[in-house]
Amino acid sequence: MTLLKEPDFGTPARAGAATIELTVDGVPVKVPPGTSVMRAAKEAGVDVPKLCATDNLEAFGSCRLCVVEIDGVKGTPASCTTPCRDGMVVRTQNERLGKLRRGVMELYISDHPLDCLTCSANGDCELQDMAGVTGLREVRYGSGVEAGANHMDLPTDSSNPYFDFEASKCIACSRCVRACDEVQGTLALTIEGRGFDSKVAAGAGVSFFESDCVSCGACVQACPTATLQEKSVVELGMPTRTVLTTCAYCGVGCSFKAELRGDELVRMVPYKNGGANEGHSCVKGRFAFGYASHPDRVLEPMVRNTISEPWRKVSWEDAISFTASRLREIQAAHGQGSIGAITSSRTTNEEVYAVQKMVRAVFGNNNVDTCARVCHSPTGYGLKQTFGESAGTQDFRSVDESDVILVIGSNPTDAHPVFASRMKRRIRQGAKLIVIDPRRIDLVRSPHIEAAYHLELSPGTNVAIINALAHVVVTEGLVDREFVASRCEDFEAWETFIARPEHSPEAVAGIAGVPAEKIREAARLYATGGNAAIYYGLGVTEHSQGSTMVMGMANLAMATGNIGRPGVGVNPMRGQNNVQGSCDMGSFPHELPGYRHVSNEDVRDIYEKLWGTPILDEPGLRIPNMFDAAIEGSFKALFVQGEDIAQSDPNTQHVFAALGALELLVVQDLFVNETAKFAHVLLPGTSFLEKDGTFTNAERRINRVRPIMAPRTGKQEWEIICEIAQAMGYPMHYDSAAQIMDEIAMTTPTFMGVSFGKLDELGSIQWPCNLEHPSGTPIMHEDEFTRGKGRFMETVYVPTSERSTRKFPLILTTGRILSQYNVGAQTRRTANVAWHAEDVLEIHPHDAEVRGITDGDTVALSSRVGRTELRATISDRMPVGVCYTTFHHPVSGANVVTTENSDWATNCPEYKVTAVQVDLIPEPVADESTREPVVAGGNR
Amino acid sequence: MSGGVPPYVRLANEIAAQFAHRPPADAATAIANHMNAVWDPRMKQALIAHVASGATDLDPAAALAAQQLQAPA
Repeated sequence: MTLLKEPDFGTPARAGAATIELTVDGVPVKVPPGTSVMRAAKEAGVDVPKLCATDNLEAFGSCRLCVVEIDGVKGTPASCTTPCRDGMVVRTQNERLGKLRRGVMELYISDHPLDCLTCSANGDCELQDMAGVTGLREVRYGSGVEAGANHMDLPTDSSNPYFDFEASKCIACSRCVRACDEVQGTLALTIEGRGFDSKVAAGAGVSFFESDCVSCGACVQACPTATLQEKSVVELGMPTRTVLTTCAYCGVGCSFKAELRGDELVRMVPYKNGGANEGHSCVKGRFAFGYASHPDRVLEPMVRNTISEPWRKVSWEDAISFTASRLREIQAAHGQGSIGAITSSRTTNEEVYAVQKMVRAVFGNNNVDTCARVCHSPTGYGLKQTFGESAGTQDFRSVDESDVILVIGSNPTDAHPVFASRMKRRIRQGAKLIVIDPRRIDLVRSPHIEAAYHLELSPGTNVAIINALAHVVVTEGLVDREFVASRCEDFEAWETFIARPEHSPEAVAGIAGVPAEKIREAARLYATGGNAAIYYGLGVTEHSQGSTMVMGMANLAMATGNIGRPGVGVNPMRGQNNVQGSCDMGSFPHELPGYRHVSNEDVRDIYEKLWGTPILDEPGLRIPNMFDAAIEGSFKALFVQGEDIAQSDPNTQHVFAALGALELLVVQDLFVNETAKFAHVLLPGTSFLEKDGTFTNAERRINRVRPIMAPRTGKQEWEIICEIAQAMGYPMHYDSAAQIMDEIAMTTPTFMGVSFGKLDELGSIQWPCNLEHPSGTPIMHEDEFTRGKGRFMETVYVPTSERSTRKFPLILTTGRILSQYNVGAQTRRTANVAWHAEDVLEIHPHDAEVRGITDGDTVALSSRVGRTELRATISDRMPVGVCYTTFHHPVSGANVVTTENSDWATNCPEYKVTAVQVDLIPEPVADESTREPVVAGGNR
Repeated sequence: MSGGVPPYVRLANEIAAQFAHRPPADAATAIANHMNAVWDPRMKQALIAHVASGATDLDPAAALAAQQLQAPA
């Protein structure tokens, strides 16, 4: 499409029925109470000139360009700050108003460079537009030096890697400041000085890069001039066409306008109609797309017979033939179950569906698993057991109606920043916040945000805490008896279980390290504070009791009636863009698409008839089981789609041993990643800018991913899967990704009504989408749970076997940082490294002092399975005895030290609890390239 | 393998720990149901063989559960 310019109504929409009737320039219009005259005018088809107003910010009334006349009202009020009243008669255009506006514009232009023809915003400048709209023909004061004192010599701040701040072009409209406050919620920007000296500043005397700015781009988007401008626009010029697509980073799934000049991507601009993000973005989605054109991209297939040989570039035909024949040879030699595949949460639903179909219909087994195994598999298990559906209950919009927000083991401002902004907005409006996390994440206390309670629990004690919260609810008479009686089952047994004294806050305090009264107060707030919503992340799932904890949270929500309406619910914050989708598509070895067990004959029958081949009725191997079986010798070949298991999976020594034992490892990826070092075939993958398909985000929202360019590799990834299947003797063919979605819809009840056509029509769809809910289901379990009655589950607290010891006295927990994503394969190949060039170990001042460690020292981090080296950062964000790191860089290899411990139900690794020792390395490491992680037993 | 314990034994013991509060027979049924639902046949086979070999490193409820596993084809 041509460049999509979204209408700007000037001020935000107001909720409610349109009951206020007025006329604007003679045109009648009805609007909800609280709507501004400016917005009403726009809805009546009348554009009122404006500069400081835009419809994602509350009215400010500073530019005075939007003045209007209203019958019965003195003077010329600003239409942006004037609310509509019934019967109002508004005039927006006459000679008096025109003169006033030209006067305003003269003042602006007298202090603005007149370099429009060479300005980067030429053609996309609201100041330029308003000069035209108001009919400005002369500036009586002159411009620049001749006009007297001015701001035209102010320097440009180019410190941010992605945008410039050209202060000389600033009109001090405060849109950037307000965007940072209201939209992003960081409050990094301010207007410094008074009167003529007023200017935008990023903190006190520091550059944008040095400031608290998180580079979300909201200020750039809000700026009406070239003052805040993407460097890419400065370099390449204004884009000329738009492709609507979906971000490929976290599970928020933001909609973007990919804006191009010809086939060159100029910038990514968040889409106002995007269901998940509603026009907001973060530093990753907005700016960090350069990896797609990075020279490290592999664009041609490569093969080798052994991993000690160099790669050989081959044709697609040869690569596919090599792969297919080796897979069949291995099956012939070692059995049907000796091969399998891992699907990716970074690829589309259609690509994932194709891989699991290849495994089931062509490999003839169920050895397919997904990287969600190592993140949210306990969510699938726990929510299915209790609610009957392996997915979160709400849409993101729901948080706008929450009164109490309980964040457990999730760090939204770093990992899900766009949703975090929405959550912070609600908290600023008055919602109460409870944070349960060993680490003092930013949400606990940041500008205008403060948690009512931060339960700073010891890592590994989640279940004890959630049981204690439920204990308070049950024993203090806070149960929603009506909800429980009508909607749930197995309550009585659970009530008896949870009321036992061992679950009391007093008993748990000593286990979790949280004062009993604090637990009680938090429980009371959750149960009695109005709509209470739970948001959780990998700090819940990546434990030996991840599944138990998910069920514990579901119990708490059901007991208090916080399910089935806006503002409540149990909401997993999914790590990668398509975690939900990859799970939905049948990637688990015991479930066909739609979470239906392989032992279900009726479900198998659907696929057996369609695919013309029998489906095994026994579960296949999960990822950790694949590794175990590879080492044991019964699993010989693995196809890995778009994941870097050698870096992301725990206990690196074990993973290396497993990958090294395979006779064939096929990696489909953008880059020669850590896993590819063990591979025999590398099939180049497509970036999200080349993909055609869908992603499903954390709120079950299916979004279209539209290609802005043809695949740089020459093939879509699902085409490659089909060709491997064909080469293995199975007739697998699709004409398009849309056809794959049609097959998904035909075979999966929750996707019954989904098609590319409908997605194009509606923008996005939250599954279930069926005859009952033809436009999707934003809130689940409204009248009854998917399984009928919500089921209470007894959640016994079983401490992890990973304990601190004399040899390993500290507990390491791991997490993420805003600027980097997962294993960093994408973000490390962008300018985001400016914010996080290496992983560091956060260590408490006390633990550092007793070890003689100071900030910036290089330290050895060792556990019972491995040792690595990182730089230390002294931080009191964690309690004494707990340290923290990220896993975005392979050089530090955080997973060298994580262990084989896993969730009892799903095998999700226990990344969040590892007993470690930290030792100072006296001499700094001289050469970064020689810093290699060491696994116990020596490096390979 | 962790400390010489085969993975399927470690996993079986971890599952058993979750059901330790239940009567042994109930616990064994719950453990077996879980394994039947999510374990690959070769893991079940290995556990059955492990019990048959007289191994003593298995939680009693897990050992009881092994007897209820669907014998892989």
